[in-house]
Amino acid sequence: MEIFDTFFNLPVLIRTFPLLLSGLWITLQIGVVSILAGLVAGLGLALVRLYAAGWLRFLARLYIDVMRSIPLLVLLIIIYYALPFVGIRLSPFLSAVAALSLVSAAYTAEIFRAGIEAIPRGQFEASEALGLGVRHKMVDVILPQAIRIVIPPLTNNCINVMKDTALASVVAMPDLLKQATQAQALSANPSPLIGAALIYLAILWPLVAAVSRLERRYGKDR
Amino acid sequence: MPGYIHIRNLKKSFGSFTALHGIDLDIAEGEVVCVIGPSGSGKSTLIRCINLLEDYAADSTITVGGTPVQRGRALEKVRADVGMVFQSFNLFPHLTVLRNVMLAPMRVRHLPEAEAEQRARELLRRVGIGEQADKFPGKLSGGQQQRVAIARALAMEPKVMLFDEPTSALDPEMVGEVLDVMKSLAGTGVTMLVVTHEMGFARQVADRVIFMDGGRIVESGTPAQIFDTPQEERTRNFLGAVLNH
Repeated sequence: MEIFDTFFNLPVLIRTFPLLLSGLWITLQIGVVSILAGLVAGLGLALVRLYAAGWLRFLARLYIDVMRSIPLLVLLIIIYYALPFVGIRLSPFLSAVAALSLVSAAYTAEIFRAGIEAIPRGQFEASEALGLGVRHKMVDVILPQAIRIVIPPLTNNCINVMKDTALASVVAMPDLLKQATQAQALSANPSPLIGAALIYLAILWPLVAAVSRLERRYGKDR
Repeated sequence: MPGYIHIRNLKKSFGSFTALHGIDLDIAEGEVVCVIGPSGSGKSTLIRCINLLEDYAADSTITVGGTPVQRGRALEKVRADVGMVFQSFNLFPHLTVLRNVMLAPMRVRHLPEAEAEQRARELLRRVGIGEQADKFPGKLSGGQQQRVAIARALAMEPKVMLFDEPTSALDPEMVGEVLDVMKSLAGTGVTMLVVTHEMGFARQVADRVIFMDGGRIVESGTPAQIFDTPQEERTRNFLGAVLNH
């Protein structure tokens, strides 16, 4: 069976598995840190975009539009290869996390904004009429409702960030993809690449299924 | 003497449409005032200006208990003392009925949780829905939801209660239960300003009835004066159209 020897070569897979696992660990670190940073920054950005003074609001919009327009790979290469020319030298890990978070924050901001704007005016008015300040109005009334609405699109964004971590391999980050290509070179066999693809699938497929489930459930409620 | 709610030259426009043409109105502490009039006459806009859900013209004046109603530090204090009940209830759907009533007293008045809960349960019993405290608003009928909304406003122990067409979104068989709660509130010392189409309620409960049309107060007086011997043609036409059906 030629195809099994080439793509699913068990001895090669077993031999390179520890390498793939160490790559997976890096991939998860990059992904989780970028997702969390993107969530926090995105929520802040959404609030600025909606409620801040005019010029700040304009800056937030500009940032969001720019970050959604620029290809992630271009941004990553600029951060890693161009910024050192002005004295900003980030490690491969930080470069990857920076690029992913900067872009994820922009998408997350738009998701949060849509969620907040979907909350009926009456909810804001009822909070204000009760004397709730801005902070309590948002934290106790508006955001809990908005977050419920945006869980499916937010999860979708998390999936995208996780997938995009593979770009870190171009700045020499030993993530899952980079380790797989290295293992492939060492063993002169592409099975590690297939192994990496299967690991990505194993992690992300359940998330994709979860989004569909969430969308169906929230779709039913409304 | 200026009233507890003191309104001078209240003007409000939406774009080129003028909703209020310089309203003057004083309401005494504990007074129950019903505002009637055709839709688009500015009734709702008038009461929404009192807690600044609508901005009004810069040369207009509103004070509540002596405090000017304007953007700034004092606004939240004014709003805490002015309860509002909306046509569409506007309960918080992610919180139980009990939590809806407890939220503002805890966050704004800094009441301890136990005390807020006790007050909330008491109020919910008073409006006749004590057993529903742990349900979510979506499980309640419209009439029950509006009674929760009244309890939620009362939990702040407001000096003033504003009602913005509180029964207009209700099925007819539920109007009575909400009006009953409002009746029981009148005469307890709370100043009430009620925008309503319920003429029976206005006649029975109001100390004073105000008829508005075209963004102006056309006529105001006791229920007997307004309903039995209206002086203005427009008042007569409106009441004729409303009462003869």
